[in-house]
Amino acid sequence: MRLRLQVNGSQREAEAREHESLLTVLRERLGLWGSKNACEQGECGSCSVLIDGDLVCACLVLAGAAQGRDVRTVEDLAAGEHLHPVQRAFVDAGAVQCGFCTPGFIVATAALLRDNPEPSDAEIREALSGNICRCTGYGKILEAVHRSAAQGYTS
Amino acid sequence: MTIAPPKTRLRGVVGESAPRADAPPKVKGEFVYGSDLSREGMLYGATLRSPHPHARIARIDVAAARAMPGVRAVLTSDDLPTREKFGLMRADQPVLATRVVRYVGEPVAIVAADDPEQARLAARAINVEYEPLSAVTDPVAALQSAAPKLHDPKDGNVIEDVRVVHGDPDARADVVVEGEYEVAMQDQAALGPEAGLAVPGPDGSVTLHIATQWLHEDLRQIAPCLGLPEEKVRLVLAGVGGAFGAREDVTLQIHVCLLALATKRAVRMTYGREESFYGHVHRHPARMWYRHGATRDGRLVFVRATIVLDGGAYASSTFAVVANAACFGGGPYRVPNALIHAVGAYTNNPPTGAMRGFGAVQSCFGYEAQMDKLAAALVIDPVELRARNALENGDRIVTDQQVEGSAPVAEVIRRCAALPLPPQRSSNDPLELPGGAGNLTHGEGVKRGVGFAVGLKNVCYSHAFDDFSTARVRVERDQGGVVARVHTAASEVGQGIVLVCEQIARTELGVQRVIVETPDTTIGSAGSSSASRQTWMTGGAVLAACREVKAELVTRARGRRLDDVDVAELLDTPVERVVTHRHRPTEKRNDTTQNDGHVAFLFAAHRAVVDVDVDTGLVKVVQIATAQDVGKAINPLAVIGQLEGGIAQGLGLAVMEEVQLKDGAVRNASFTDYLLPTMLDMPPVVCDLIEFPHPDAPYGAKGVGEPPTISSTPAIVAAIRAATGRALERVPVRPDDIVFGASSHSGWRVAAGDDPRGAERVR
Ligand code: FES
Ligand code: FES
Repeated sequence: MRLRLQVNGSQREAEAREHESLLTVLRERLGLWGSKNACEQGECGSCSVLIDGDLVCACLVLAGAAQGRDVRTVEDLAAGEHLHPVQRAFVDAGAVQCGFCTPGFIVATAALLRDNPEPSDAEIREALSGNICRCTGYGKILEAVHRSAAQGYTS
Repeated sequence: MTIAPPKTRLRGVVGESAPRADAPPKVKGEFVYGSDLSREGMLYGATLRSPHPHARIARIDVAAARAMPGVRAVLTSDDLPTREKFGLMRADQPVLATRVVRYVGEPVAIVAADDPEQARLAARAINVEYEPLSAVTDPVAALQSAAPKLHDPKDGNVIEDVRVVHGDPDARADVVVEGEYEVAMQDQAALGPEAGLAVPGPDGSVTLHIATQWLHEDLRQIAPCLGLPEEKVRLVLAGVGGAFGAREDVTLQIHVCLLALATKRAVRMTYGREESFYGHVHRHPARMWYRHGATRDGRLVFVRATIVLDGGAYASSTFAVVANAACFGGGPYRVPNALIHAVGAYTNNPPTGAMRGFGAVQSCFGYEAQMDKLAAALVIDPVELRARNALENGDRIVTDQQVEGSAPVAEVIRRCAALPLPPQRSSNDPLELPGGAGNLTHGEGVKRGVGFAVGLKNVCYSHAFDDFSTARVRVERDQGGVVARVHTAASEVGQGIVLVCEQIARTELGVQRVIVETPDTTIGSAGSSSASRQTWMTGGAVLAACREVKAELVTRARGRRLDDVDVAELLDTPVERVVTHRHRPTEKRNDTTQNDGHVAFLFAAHRAVVDVDVDTGLVKVVQIATAQDVGKAINPLAVIGQLEGGIAQGLGLAVMEEVQLKDGAVRNASFTDYLLPTMLDMPPVVCDLIEFPHPDAPYGAKGVGEPPTISSTPAIVAAIRAATGRALERVPVRPDDIVFGASSHSGWRVAAGDDPRGAERVR
């Protein structure tokens, strides 16, 4: 089927199979490799994207269902070399090791801080509990979220 | 080599928490992992795997699959260019199952097609007729003489058999404690799935872009299986999404190259999560029988242990895992007398191999549980008992090798014990309690416990392995000024070896701009990113190469001090040096395992505080404290990242992570069913980095990756025991074990130290 998607502010078209997930289409059909596939079951958050502002796992959304809606991926955040404040905070806090979970955490953190600019530890843990990181043990990720909050990040 | 780094005003030198150069592309989603690779017109590979733990292959019919749309190649063992087998330490695994399958998930056929869906469907359309054989899934049973032999009948099902005989193993003691312990199968669960892209060359060669821990070892195994000389196979490191041991073995490497060579097209293979559980090796499950004896004043007299490790269907690194379990099975203590017998068995379970801390993780769970039992029997504080027996420089571990270049283990223990405890629980807010948002308790049945554990392991490869790393360092002038380029084959798997190389080169050369090039096989091997060894080995190689480059710069400066000259002026031609760095030789293991088999030892201590709901059996880890002798923290932030990340994996093994098997088949091959610690499960970590330099290591820096995973697990379980009074002789601890005190004995009677081949079934 022919898909028409609005991704990161531009109209994109792709040929895809009916049952393909938004994640597959973003990655394999549109070449937006930033959203990662680690579980394909909605368990790890590596594929986190925003649809009409809502945080979702792109692996659980049928690409067809995203048509006519505003899809935002990790690629939308930085302006060229200029990192988004959440991205900067992850770099500075040492929250990135292998980095496979990182795009998902960045998108989820940006969504969290948009809704709750000064989250407590408990609120951060709850909000990001759908994102798995196997490398860091989360300590530096927690710190990165606080750092971005302290920098007064709002979208 | 413990010369202090030169003074400099550079940013990002040794000892600084410099940010990673690969972090900006990673936060932007631009970093290219193995699964992100693509080529115009590439094909996609898929694998058909065995549904049986043990069966004869009667017939394979690929006609239907070959006729399907988009299918470009279907290969079975009949189509292989050679009969070569592969394997990390013993070549015992066929590239595709030949006549017999030995585990559920063993590759039987591979397919390349125009799109991934077509490849998957075609693999499913291959018709294989199996004649099931009886399967051996209990490793103790596999060792008995009546068991069916899975490989060469001569050795039975023994992969490796290691005995440590130290002092007088029959020594007697005032107080004796014993126990049987079990460690279940853990998965590395690296977030990035196995992935690779093979591109055939016009001359019959192939280039493989691959996420791996050791490019050259892959090459050594791949080339013969393709029937090609090594010169015709080139490997380039693709972005690696974590490894933890799972990428030490060959998974899809040979398959994807075969498909590329057969189709003369680029082919990508990527495992999904379920296939990843079948496709890579896991941590060895272990059964352990331990007996400890001590004097009444709390000095260890002897340790006896029998350890059986389930190697699964193929050997992988079982040899080293068995040796580690035995060598470190006495713990970080002065043990004058010991008899430790460790055996690795072939079974029809999925193959097991490397995972962070291998061998040492399993035995640490056993001996640390014993130390607590001993403390209780002697009525001595468990921390005090450990400190009283702790090793220090000059003491010998049970393999009779002296400890050198380490902080006294008693100091590691005391510094860990001195870290601040978390405050008492102040509220009954369910979010703060076990079960969290599940709202399962208001605190009625919640009990707090504190537990402690200490571990040890070797760094680098042991037992006369020729362990080396190669580095090329080149300093040159370009439009941006002076730049240092560092090339090694060391795999950056997330741990930060790129950062280590960069910081060392910057420090040694005094050059701000350092570029670490993509690892590939055009340079000599760096060895594996495993055994906590890359800082020591590749860090050491880069350090040595930098010093040679610097010596040449000094020559070119003709008597002027380098600080006083503009280095750019000396670089009309670049300076380049290649150095191969080896650690001091180690000895081959002898019959009793009594010699200098290891390079050096790593020590860490962990203290865990837990809240346990004794009504539901749920555990909330409240805090982990750790002290670790790291030698020198080249990048303190990265070191803490290794500690926290390793502890998270230790926590997983303590309370949630288990690959569940039924008749050899994995029952929980997904992240829905295989539980991993999330941010809600992982508590704050407080750490104390002890910097006691080792004289042979670069700047004294020891490896740091594994110790966090070794003693964190037993510390957490000790804390749960303290809270509940349950024996808990198995990890992961399950809610039922806490509520009902369920036991998990193997059903075998073994006297600790005895050969498990003489085990008797308990009736
Ligand atoms: S890949 Fe979508 S949640 Fe894991
Ligand atoms: S950094 Fe590797 S999974 Fe999070």
